[in-house]
Amino acid sequence: MKRLITLTVNGTPYEVAVEPRQSLLQMLREELHLTGTKEGCSEGECGACTVLLDGITADSCLIFALEAQGREVVTIEGLAQGDQLHPVQKAFAEYGAVQCGFCTPGMILAAKALLESNPHPTEAEIRQGISGNLCRCTGYVKIVEAIQAAARG
Amino acid sequence: MKNFEYFDPTSVGEAVALLRQHAGSAKVLAGGTDLFLRMHRRALLPDVVVDLKRIAEFANLSYSAQDGLRIGATVTHGEVVDHTAVQQHYGALATAANWVGSLQTRHRGTVVGNLCNASPAADTAPALLAYGAIVTIAGPDGQREVPLEAFFQGPGRTALGPAEIVTALRLPPPSGQRGWGYARRTRTVIDIALVSSCVVVQANDGVCGEVRISLGAVGPIPLRATRAEAVLQGQRPSVTLLAEASRVAAEESRPISDVRCSAEYRKDMVEVLTKRCAESALSMLQML
Repeated sequence: MKRLITLTVNGTPYEVAVEPRQSLLQMLREELHLTGTKEGCSEGECGACTVLLDGITADSCLIFALEAQGREVVTIEGLAQGDQLHPVQKAFAEYGAVQCGFCTPGMILAAKALLESNPHPTEAEIRQGISGNLCRCTGYVKIVEAIQAAARG
Repeated sequence: MKNFEYFDPTSVGEAVALLRQHAGSAKVLAGGTDLFLRMHRRALLPDVVVDLKRIAEFANLSYSAQDGLRIGATVTHGEVVDHTAVQQHYGALATAANWVGSLQTRHRGTVVGNLCNASPAADTAPALLAYGAIVTIAGPDGQREVPLEAFFQGPGRTALGPAEIVTALRLPPPSGQRGWGYARRTRTVIDIALVSSCVVVQANDGVCGEVRISLGAVGPIPLRATRAEAVLQGQRPSVTLLAEASRVAAEESRPISDVRCSAEYRKDMVEVLTKRCAESALSMLQML
């Protein structure tokens, strides 16, 4: 039987009817049509489904939608301000850190969270900070460079 | 996934009552990083899920010099890693907790929840054993405490009875200066440990006071290598003594061969890692 939950996504309040077995990822994509967050492995191993939940990164594929009751969620759609890309998004575009783009939403959110807690990370700290996000295309070199550029401001 | 009834009680009593009421068909939810997965794969098919995250006292992570460290049932690995008192007084635990899964996993998964899954390879277990952790449990018959060593009873099995939940972990306060070492072998950052070792040594005037050596992923449960501990306890440390203790620790381990690696490799690594951990612990105390 569905339950009604209320939560904020990208600053907007929502009321959504969800089944207990629905994941936060499913709810975002299928109920709210925010398809920027991707389903990669459904096991919490690849990070493609990364969102910010009350400001911290989490794999939305392993969270029941019901657990998000009363919480604040930020997805990739919440980063740009209208036409203005977030500095991390800009850096990814400028440094060629996007190939197929599937890992990119999760990777950008992980990078954003990293830079907010550590504004001047070393390369090792960057690699550690995105170690929960797998990329099959780029070999991570451009991703690291983009994050370093975003950190320089 | 099979649908279920979801409850989010706000007190321990409520949670226990729910587990009693739905005995056998209820599962407890903390971080969900394991439970969700098992339900998704239909390895578990509970009719009821009891979410513990609205029980305020479970979120408590606190330290005092008199009472030591208290880790509530819903405290995440990330919170333990970042806590200054943990880093200062239980350094091996901060390091161990930082190995669990990925950043995203550590932001949700709880230390207590992970222990309740009772994997012999649980990353925090060797450190918690080395710090003498005690498990506090609430159930229909009231509260009780169990030392962590007795809590693990086999792969995937704990001492929890029906309708019982772990409310917190209690780590006694340090009674002096402690050095520590923690090491694990793994394929990649996010993988399960192949073998892990943790050494905590209390200094006592140039001589080893209390010594704890704990091993992970080399037995049906996380182990304490008590014979290896006895090699160092009360002794003035030396390179030869460390080598002996490490050798004995490897002897005490009971690894199996599995999909990740062989028993022989695990046994060899127990000796190597224990030596490194002991060296780390004693260097911290400037005793080596």
